[in-house]
Order: sequence, then C-alpha cells, then structure tokens
Amino acid sequence: MLPLTYYLVISAILFVLGALGVLIRRNPLIIFMSVELMLNAANLAFVAFARSFDVLTGQIFVFFVIAVAAAEVAVGLALIVVIFRTKHSIDVDLMSSLKG
Amino acid sequence: MDFTLILFIVLAAVAVLTAIGMLVSRNAVYAALFLVLNFATVAIFYLMLGAPFIAMAQVTVYAGAIMVLFLFVIMLLGAEKLPKGGVLPWQRPLAIGLAAVLLAEAGYLLFQRIQMTTELAGPGLEVNSVEAVRTLGLALFNQYLLPFEVTSVLLLVAMIGAIVLTKKEKGEA
Repeated sequence: MLPLTYYLVISAILFVLGALGVLIRRNPLIIFMSVELMLNAANLAFVAFARSFDVLTGQIFVFFVIAVAAAEVAVGLALIVVIFRTKHSIDVDLMSSLKG
Repeated sequence: MDFTLILFIVLAAVAVLTAIGMLVSRNAVYAALFLVLNFATVAIFYLMLGAPFIAMAQVTVYAGAIMVLFLFVIMLLGAEKLPKGGVLPWQRPLAIGLAAVLLAEAGYLLFQRIQMTTELAGPGLEVNSVEAVRTLGLALFNQYLLPFEVTSVLLLVAMIGAIVLTKKEKGEA
C-alpha cells in the first residue's frame, strides 16, 4: 500500500485547482463544477484518513457530503436557470444587483 | 516500482490533467465531461483505499446523477460558451498567484507534520469485500441513523426548493 501522504498531496492539488477555477472563471456553471471538485478533494482526504486510522467514520461522513452535494447542486442549478430567465445571460459579472 | 505505485501515478496524472482541462476549456460541455473523468479516477482512488461503497456512490451520484443534471442545464440554457467580455485584467494573475500560495501552504503543512514513510496497513483485499459494505451499513443504520434520516429531509427540502424556484409565477408566463 502507498503512504497516506501521496493521497493527501493529490487531494491538496485537486482542491487548489478547484479554488483556482472559482477565482478565474466567469461562467457560473464552471464555478459550480469547481466547487464540486473541491468537495471531492476533501472527500478523498476523508477516505484516506479513514483508511490510515482504520475507522469507518470518515467513510460515513463522505456519504453525507455526497448527499449534501446532490442537494446543493439541485438548488444551485435551479437558481442559475432562474437568473438566466430574467437576465438572458449567466455571466457572473452581470449579477451585480439583488433585484430580479 | 510495484504495480500499485504505477497505477497511482497514472491515475494522479489523469486526475490533475482533467482538472486543468476543466479549468481551461472554453466550452462548458467539455468542462463537464472532463469533470466526469476526474470523478471516475477519484472513484478508483476510493477502491484503492478500500472503500468500495463510497466508490460506487461516487460513480452513481457524482459522475452519474449530478453531472447529468449539469449537462442537462447547460444544454437547456444553451450556455456552452460565454461571449468574451471585458475581464478585469489583474484578476487572472492575482488568482494564479493566490492559488500558488495556497498550494505552498498545504504542501508545507503536509511535509512538516506527516512522515513520508508511514505506509497504510495491509493490502486492500479483505477490505474490498462484501463484509466491508456490511460493516458500513450496520454503522450507518445504528450509530448514524439520525443523521441518515435528516439527510432524507434535506433532500426533500432541496427538491421542493428547486421546484418552487423554477416555477413560473401566475400571470408571468
């Protein structure tokens, strides 16, 4: 088996790439995908630590994170659809007012 | 070099390259497909770590349901490509610089606190069995029963929320 550090390094790299995506992209769909990438990186660290310490709790927490991510995506994509309907574009630079 | 290390390096390269591909692709559909491949490689990481249930949940929920929802919305809105507009000129270099700082911090903490040589115990043969899933299920439905039920309420609320948000108001149609 490989050392725990290898998995933590790949998890850190994926998390940083996700954060970078949130910062540089202007398409909210891709920003959303980057958030999913960061959640995945955190999940990978959870599972690696669960294996390292030989406990199941990490895996169970990952299960809950996946469920919360599914709920978050449903609501977030619904919001993007509504914003597209009112503004006819989803560029994040145009989302500068709270009024619909 | 043993087989596991080679497999890990190949998978890590695929994971990082697909993540970068998602960041740089102009077309949102390509970005979504890159992300599906990324999720699949992470699922194989889960299998290597002896978490078969999580790996299958990853494939069905993330790579399956969530990404299909993404592709559905992208194609529904026709928002594959955004017109090139005036971007803040300092935004991209600043973001890349800050990401480099974040990576440096994470790397510093990792290599300072954890010894590189401590290997994870045992091969994943017996952990990748039916018994592992059984143990996980027993823990989920005994010790973590309340959080599990709360998750179902959360999913219901999210479903109702999505329907209410996208519903057209009366007279607006």
